[in-house]
Amino acid sequence: MNEIIESVKNLSIGFNSQKGKQISILRNVSTNIKKGETVGIVGESGSGKSTLALAMMGYIKQGLFPLKGECLFKSEDLLKMSSRQLEKIRGRKIAMIPQNAGQALTPNLKIGYQIDEALRLHTDLKKTERDKKISELLNKVRLPSPETMAFRYPHELSGGQQQRVAVAMALAGKPDLLLLDEPTTGLDVTTQAHVLELLRFIAKDTGTSMIYVSHDLGAIAQVSDRIVVMYAGEIVLEGPARKILKEPIHPYTYGLLKSIPKLSLDGLPSSMPGSQPQPGSINEGCSFYDRCNLATDHCKKNSPDLEHIKELDTNVRCFNHKELINQNNNLQTSITKKSNNSEAIEVLKLKDVSISYAKQKFFDQLFDKISDQNPTVKDINIDIKKGETIALVGESGSGKSTILKSIAGLLKTKDGQIKFENDRILSSDLKMRNPNDLRAIQLIFQNPDESLNPNHTVEQILSQPLKLYFNLSGEELKKNIIELLKKVRLGKFYMSRYPRQLSGGEKQRVAVARAFAAKPDIILCDEVTSALDVSVQAAVLNLLQQLKEDLGTTYVFVSHDLAVVRAISDRVAVLYQGRLCEIGPSQNVYKFPSHPYTEVLLGAVLEPDPDIKPKLVAEDVVEEKPPEKGCSFQGRCPRKIGNICNSEVPPWQIGENGNAIRCHINIEELASLQQ
Amino acid sequence: MLLLILKRIGLGLITLFIVSLITFVGVEVLPGDACTTYLEREAYGAALDACIKRLGLDVPAYERYLDWASNVIRGDFGYSLSGEMPINEVLGPRVKNSLVLASVSILIGIPLAIVLGIITALWRDKLPDIMISTITIFSMTIPEFISATLLILIVAIWLGWLPGIVIIPSDATFYELLSNIILPVVAISMIMTAHMARMVRSSVIQVMASDYVQMAILKGVPYWKMVFRHVLPNALLPAINVVALTIAWLLGGVVVTEVVFNYPGLGRLVIESISNRDLPVVQALAIILASIYVGINLIADLMTLMLNPRLKSLQIRK
Repeated sequence: MNEIIESVKNLSIGFNSQKGKQISILRNVSTNIKKGETVGIVGESGSGKSTLALAMMGYIKQGLFPLKGECLFKSEDLLKMSSRQLEKIRGRKIAMIPQNAGQALTPNLKIGYQIDEALRLHTDLKKTERDKKISELLNKVRLPSPETMAFRYPHELSGGQQQRVAVAMALAGKPDLLLLDEPTTGLDVTTQAHVLELLRFIAKDTGTSMIYVSHDLGAIAQVSDRIVVMYAGEIVLEGPARKILKEPIHPYTYGLLKSIPKLSLDGLPSSMPGSQPQPGSINEGCSFYDRCNLATDHCKKNSPDLEHIKELDTNVRCFNHKELINQNNNLQTSITKKSNNSEAIEVLKLKDVSISYAKQKFFDQLFDKISDQNPTVKDINIDIKKGETIALVGESGSGKSTILKSIAGLLKTKDGQIKFENDRILSSDLKMRNPNDLRAIQLIFQNPDESLNPNHTVEQILSQPLKLYFNLSGEELKKNIIELLKKVRLGKFYMSRYPRQLSGGEKQRVAVARAFAAKPDIILCDEVTSALDVSVQAAVLNLLQQLKEDLGTTYVFVSHDLAVVRAISDRVAVLYQGRLCEIGPSQNVYKFPSHPYTEVLLGAVLEPDPDIKPKLVAEDVVEEKPPEKGCSFQGRCPRKIGNICNSEVPPWQIGENGNAIRCHINIEELASLQQ
Repeated sequence: MLLLILKRIGLGLITLFIVSLITFVGVEVLPGDACTTYLEREAYGAALDACIKRLGLDVPAYERYLDWASNVIRGDFGYSLSGEMPINEVLGPRVKNSLVLASVSILIGIPLAIVLGIITALWRDKLPDIMISTITIFSMTIPEFISATLLILIVAIWLGWLPGIVIIPSDATFYELLSNIILPVVAISMIMTAHMARMVRSSVIQVMASDYVQMAILKGVPYWKMVFRHVLPNALLPAINVVALTIAWLLGGVVVTEVVFNYPGLGRLVIESISNRDLPVVQALAIILASIYVGINLIADLMTLMLNPRLKSLQIRK
């Protein structure tokens, strides 16, 4: 058990900048992987975690090169091997499970061929034996009908199935070490929980060592024995998983854990200031100095070494770590309570809204209607109160973004009405809306990289809505822009910057400022924190909450991240296949989930705590279309009672907690079933 | 699948119909009719009457269109004015010559383009790439009338290795034909190959940077195996449409090259019939060239559909 299979020694990897300077993105990294253990490497984007993982297979991305150090696999340096030698190790001794299996499987080759390729390269099996082995492997990763699966192309599979195929492919060569690079990022919550469960089972079953790279502490907590925390290309903390997650003695890890929203807590997590430094910008001192609240002048000038703390079996890179020991009992508690200042007036009403993506047939086009018996989104009734934050949650394909687009006028509704202020019907066609309605409803998009024009300065970006809606110009325009920037905590000097000169968090702040520039009544937030790092996410959430409290804006918040939704929302609507399942005050929906789907969804959430295990109650089947009739969740429901679920749309019931659900089972009975 | 093919063919036929309509109307709205334009100063009296009678210009336009269209469908394009013979006879040898020129250029140019594209991509920024890329960009930027003229000057006049202009007797053997068309083929291939090699290069580079190629490397797939199984099939797929356009362009007659070398192909016929104001031939050529473009693009689309599993199953599921 204590045999070391791979050891990284003083590894630095970098590139040559345009000015000819050597810039390292991995600095002096040393760690050991023991036989049979699962090591989680965690860090935010740009921390160098993927570069480290790839180097452990002897692979260095184009443009980068090793500056010093070695990667010893069974005491041979992978970085010095020829490509011929590496071919014998890759896939056979060390195998990789990639981040996005959908893109990592070659599109023109069948699943069976791709697994067979690994078998041919790394085993001596004959054709018939290999065929048997392929279906064995597909069976092992729990894919349905392994016999026919081999003849399918990657694109014919769902995301979760593609990830399973990638696992099967990696297992084909019976490797000693499995490298997993964000293997569940991008999958739905329930699928993610299932894939993780599978990986844990495989680790136990085959005794393979694993290196699990992720930004998601929740996933890392579920699988790792040991955790390595990376920051700006360095290891800042390393130790047993439980110790790292429960008693983090590095201020970065401490702050990171505090900034993750948690399902069990009502309110916003505290945020960490600033963002990770760019490679090459650290000249002296501790890389975390700028963001650290324990930092002293000593930290500014001197960079700390990795220090071994015997009692905790942990390595830490911090001069002041002692201040954090025994401080950790308040890890869970520092949460900003949010105040709900919603008023009784309804500002937006969705009435029987249905939306279809079906192409209009010729005659329907003439009469401007859509005939689709089974539209993507159906029967949505939501009344949104002034000043509240209502969240729409659900997995991919649940129609949450579709609804948002319809409110914004980007997508026509098939049936039903969207009413704004005093029951005035908003046209579903953007061109028919009057300018004031357009101003009143603003959108913030998921990815600020794509929603901000790269050729405009921040000043230009923010002046557009001000010019368009308020006809501002000259000094007044400038004054307003500075004020907006101040609102989102950005200084005046950001005005002349281009989006590419900003960090991810700053960009999203500019996007928030642009939405607020229109002085809107309603802001539609489409996965606004999904593209951000955890430590930055908390800051953006806090900012949104603050702005709302100051200005009385209403938010419609769409997210797949249930913990984020819990943190920010007052009310939550759970959607499955474009149909509402449950709607109610967030506290109650999270505390007493009544609808079976809400139960499944919440059960699958991964918390950054090794003691909270996800509950897997439903199969992770992916349904392509909502069922023609009956309950939308009939296909996966663990509490299905029979034919009535297939034939009749369930009625609305309102429970004593104020949650409304759509289910054939009595709501009190559901509550007692879940005890 | 079959439905899709039929749909595409239908669309192609509609395109051809519109093209025929446009050319016909275009000829109609020109000042004067085919006879006055063709006869010029002799357009009076008996000659004009005879011509009008022969072309049937005395009946209303729509009737003439219907008449003409139904003849075209049967493969009869009518009479050429200048040659005073059936257009089919005028077209016959021209089509053959263009076909020979095009197919030789295709057989040499396309494989060469693909090989060069792959080499430049795999040795990106290394010596082979720098050398080949310099040459391809160079030959891409020189207009063909300059490169063709230079070729004649150097190879035909200075060196005297090959004839400078093409004179093909109607009973030429294949070998005679071949030695005659070497220079035109080289002139055409220079531009065509360069364009396509650049396209293939960027396509291969893009695929080489994809996640699945990195995955194949990390799976331990040997380099050349990876190139042939994982890279090329995916990289060459988008090239099919470019190849198709090139073929259509070649078959339609490479006007400039044909004129410079005095090559009797379709391209030169276009120029000739326009300068002779031989409107029936112009009409016929418009339809033929349009059919070539439509037909080849149809084939390319279907091939892409067949070869790309993603599109194939998408269509079947529908």
